[in-house]
Amino acid sequence: MTDAPNAATMTTGADTVWVEHEAFIDRIPRWVAMTLLFVFVVGLWDLVTRMRWVSAIILPTPGETLADLIFVGQNLIAGGYMLEALWTTTLTVFYGFLIAVAIGFSLGLLVGETKFGERAVMPYLVAIDTMPKVAFAPLFIAWLGFDISSKVALAAFIATFPIVVATAAGLYAASENERMLFKSIGASRMQTLIRLKLPTGLPYIFTGLKIASVGVMAGAITGEFLGGGKGFGALIRQSASQLDTPRVFALILYLSLLGLLLYFTVVWAQRRFVFWNKSDRPGGAA
Amino acid sequence: MVAQPLSKDPQPAASSTRPVYEIERLSKTYARNKLVALDNVNLTIQKGEFVSVIGSSGCGKSTLLKIMAGLMPPTTGRVVLEGRPVVGSRPDIGMMFQQATLLPWKTTIENILMPVEIREGRKAAKEATTRAMDLLQLVGLGDFANVYPGELSGGMAQRASICRMLVSDPAMLLLDEPFSALDELTRDFMNMELQRICTERNATAFLVTHSLAEAVILSDRILVMRARPGHIVEDVRIDLPRPRTLEMINTPLFGEIVAHIRDLLGKEAHE
Repeated sequence: MTDAPNAATMTTGADTVWVEHEAFIDRIPRWVAMTLLFVFVVGLWDLVTRMRWVSAIILPTPGETLADLIFVGQNLIAGGYMLEALWTTTLTVFYGFLIAVAIGFSLGLLVGETKFGERAVMPYLVAIDTMPKVAFAPLFIAWLGFDISSKVALAAFIATFPIVVATAAGLYAASENERMLFKSIGASRMQTLIRLKLPTGLPYIFTGLKIASVGVMAGAITGEFLGGGKGFGALIRQSASQLDTPRVFALILYLSLLGLLLYFTVVWAQRRFVFWNKSDRPGGAA
Repeated sequence: MVAQPLSKDPQPAASSTRPVYEIERLSKTYARNKLVALDNVNLTIQKGEFVSVIGSSGCGKSTLLKIMAGLMPPTTGRVVLEGRPVVGSRPDIGMMFQQATLLPWKTTIENILMPVEIREGRKAAKEATTRAMDLLQLVGLGDFANVYPGELSGGMAQRASICRMLVSDPAMLLLDEPFSALDELTRDFMNMELQRICTERNATAFLVTHSLAEAVILSDRILVMRARPGHIVEDVRIDLPRPRTLEMINTPLFGEIVAHIRDLLGKEAHE
């Protein structure tokens, strides 16, 4: 910055380059910001437990949690009973997601593409969707027993609805002009569906899949809470009933890795298949 | 009908006067709200003619265009294109819309070939590639064939959609406010491009527009429409010489025509 008066600058014809001010909080790089926040939260957590403001049974110290994280991690790597439990839950989530995609996509096609589906099927779907779906868990257990299938059913049941709604919404997304264009070039209904409506709807469908990938985890774990079995959910419930809170925390953290894996698989697929949608291009990490 | 070919390049006398589109006693009533969108519209378009329709929103001009394109059935009347009744979409009709409506997951050339692909399959589309490339050259997009529409400007996208309309060599071009979403400078330029393309191909065109100046600069005839019920109040012949230039906008004759049409449209506004 110069002290020269404006008039002088103008007569000499110097460039008027200046820097736009950006606040400090907007200038912090992502990794620094994330580390700062992590350190702050863990520090606060440590303070709260160290000062005994909260009972150890309710909230373990970060150190205890870390110790349990390592213990559980060792068990997982060694292929112990926890790995078996994690594998059971992974299968439950995987099957649940596949079934939800198959049923959700089919129903979404029916609702979004046919008047019958829109008029007759959609109202019933909305009615079922408004029910608390977890309440169906005892029914699934009664019908399918205590093994993995009742958990798969609950997980799929919860994850189906977002996919139905997203698929139907996606099929409506093509503009009036685009529909007219396809009509004017004599495209059949099937051609219009496959070449216009489905590709246009893909961003919507992937949004539905992301919501479903979160829902399917919740469904699988809830099923394991209520129906027992050999999954991670049963382990968590067991540890909780023994007031082993650090273990519960550790198990939840490992479980979240499974959720993240599924979620980012969907995100990856979206970037791969919806390459034209600029609003969702990589750059800022999701 | 007087055959009065201007001093243009010599064409077969028959082609310059042959009616391409014949519309008789056309009316359309939307049953749901008993709205009469069109009432007794009669219209003949000759080969090579450029006809525009102008009118306020809701005067039925879009309905007319959709019926002409075979996208919507009329309530009464008949629509005949090249001697065959229009009952559904036709490959010899090319359409253009307000938005370019290019599919973002296809490259420019794939978008242009899409009508061929849908009608005749992948093989036919492949064979039409050279023709599509020539069209892209014609509108100055030769270097953008393999680019996705996201990288085209609004004007470029509309030029690509002109190519898509022309690729199946239609007998009739139906244009639904094609440049109304563009800025004014681009729009002027596109209008001149459209004129050039139409002249080169001796194309027959029907344009729906909101813009008086655009209608006058492009058309041989302008149909002025009024609403409730939608009908044609006057068929205005534009006697400006061809080729038209943007400078003509400043001539007295242009001003007179615009004033006349504005008067016809204005009466409705005050009624």
